[in-house]
Amino acid sequence: MPERAESLATELKRGLDAPICLTWELTYACNLACVHCLSSSGRRDPKELTTAEAKALLDELRALQVFYINVGGGEPMIRRDFFELVEYATSSGIGVKFSTNGAFLGPEEARKLAAMDYLDVQISLDGIDAATNDPIRGRGSYDIARAAMDNLRDAGFGPFKISVVVTRDSVAQLDDFKALAQSYGAQLRVTRLRPSGRGADTWHSLRPTNEQQRIIYRWLLANGEDVLTGDSFFHLNALGEPLPGLNMCGAGRVVCLIDPIGEVYACPFVIHDEFRAGSVRDRGGFSEVWKRSALFTSLRQPASAGACASCGSYDACQGGCMAAKFFTGLPLDGPDPECVYGHGDELLAVGVAGTAPRPSSDHSKPAPVAFRRRA
Amino acid sequence: MRGLLILGADVIALHGAYELHPQVALRPEPFGALAYHYGTRRLVFLRKPEIVAVVKGLASHGDLTETLVACGIAEQRWPTFIKALENLASSEIIRARTC
Amino acid sequence: MDETIEDTMIDDELLDEELLIEEISIDGMCGVY
Repeated sequence: MPERAESLATELKRGLDAPICLTWELTYACNLACVHCLSSSGRRDPKELTTAEAKALLDELRALQVFYINVGGGEPMIRRDFFELVEYATSSGIGVKFSTNGAFLGPEEARKLAAMDYLDVQISLDGIDAATNDPIRGRGSYDIARAAMDNLRDAGFGPFKISVVVTRDSVAQLDDFKALAQSYGAQLRVTRLRPSGRGADTWHSLRPTNEQQRIIYRWLLANGEDVLTGDSFFHLNALGEPLPGLNMCGAGRVVCLIDPIGEVYACPFVIHDEFRAGSVRDRGGFSEVWKRSALFTSLRQPASAGACASCGSYDACQGGCMAAKFFTGLPLDGPDPECVYGHGDELLAVGVAGTAPRPSSDHSKPAPVAFRRRA
Repeated sequence: MRGLLILGADVIALHGAYELHPQVALRPEPFGALAYHYGTRRLVFLRKPEIVAVVKGLASHGDLTETLVACGIAEQRWPTFIKALENLASSEIIRARTC
Repeated sequence: MDETIEDTMIDDELLDEELLIEEISIDGMCGVY
């Protein structure tokens, strides 16, 4: 008989009639130009969903009984109708969790947010100080994020989240991040860096080393109860005892992405034609795409271990993250590029990876922040 | 087994009256249902249509016994259902009815 | 033989009890906030 948690994941992998939640990037516009941005954001796309289209989409999500949406971007608070859309969502019974760099989260906005129900806020931060954070997210971005956190605290918002992409430079700061979150009564989220969007260009120098991956794994085992990961690190399960969580990829099965122009992708880390399921502007709208697109139907078929079949750890790591494989040019039915046993490194070394795919669209501003490693 | 199963603070009695928590959304799925609590943000998976039927029927029957009978649950399975309902009570998915 | 059948039945009951409900970590997906 299959172990209980495994059979739940197995059922979920067949897909649900509606997502449990989904990520909705409201805009490609952004005031920052983070070097690892998974959506290559910066400039607004002229084909962005209008306020009316956004509300119609929310109506559809309500009818599907999607429980909540994860709103991001770009910087979602840049949209002039941001509060209007958030209020429309929560008042129609859809919870909203949104992610922001904090630049538009002044004291007044913090008070508005504090007064709203069914709303969670997450502030992005990638270093415990400006010296670590700003080379990645831009000069002044650390101070902006901290000011936003202060504003939420002062407005009595209650627990918010701090979201950290774990990089080579921040692995050593995990305890500090946890302490920072505790100092605000906030919750820490750590998430895996993927070679998606602009991340493709900096992945090789920013990603944790193999030794650091073991540090992350041990830290998560020790701290996983209080720290959120979004199951970002299930590829590390091959190291031993599984990390807390469902430990499965939910792309196209339990979650998906709707981008600022209404395109539906399997997840936020695969904004590429290969993983595009359709558009909310197609006939039948989002429901049709979720229920009957060719891409999602195929993602809901049982996956084969492929080249990983002979490895005893496949059940634990399931071959890792398809986004990580895709954007490093590795085959999807094989090891993750960060396979803890080095099987991905082997493939990359012998040149199995063809030319790594580039994102299908790039909304980056013309002069991105130049990345300089600290000495 | 009849009567009370006591587990921590959550007591589910066969003669008790219960209801779905008003902040919970129950969404049917092919294999059962998803229950999402908007207040606690917790998500519980009801894995069999029978437990879904029982949870849905709680408010419209006099007490739990009536609900179990109406849903056609065999008596020897009542303990496992009571245990499941205790879990749901501790997750605040269901609660005691005041009327 | 009878013992084996009985054991199986007991296991089924236990499985039944465990499989009625299961809490899902709401954080269980990437791209989740």
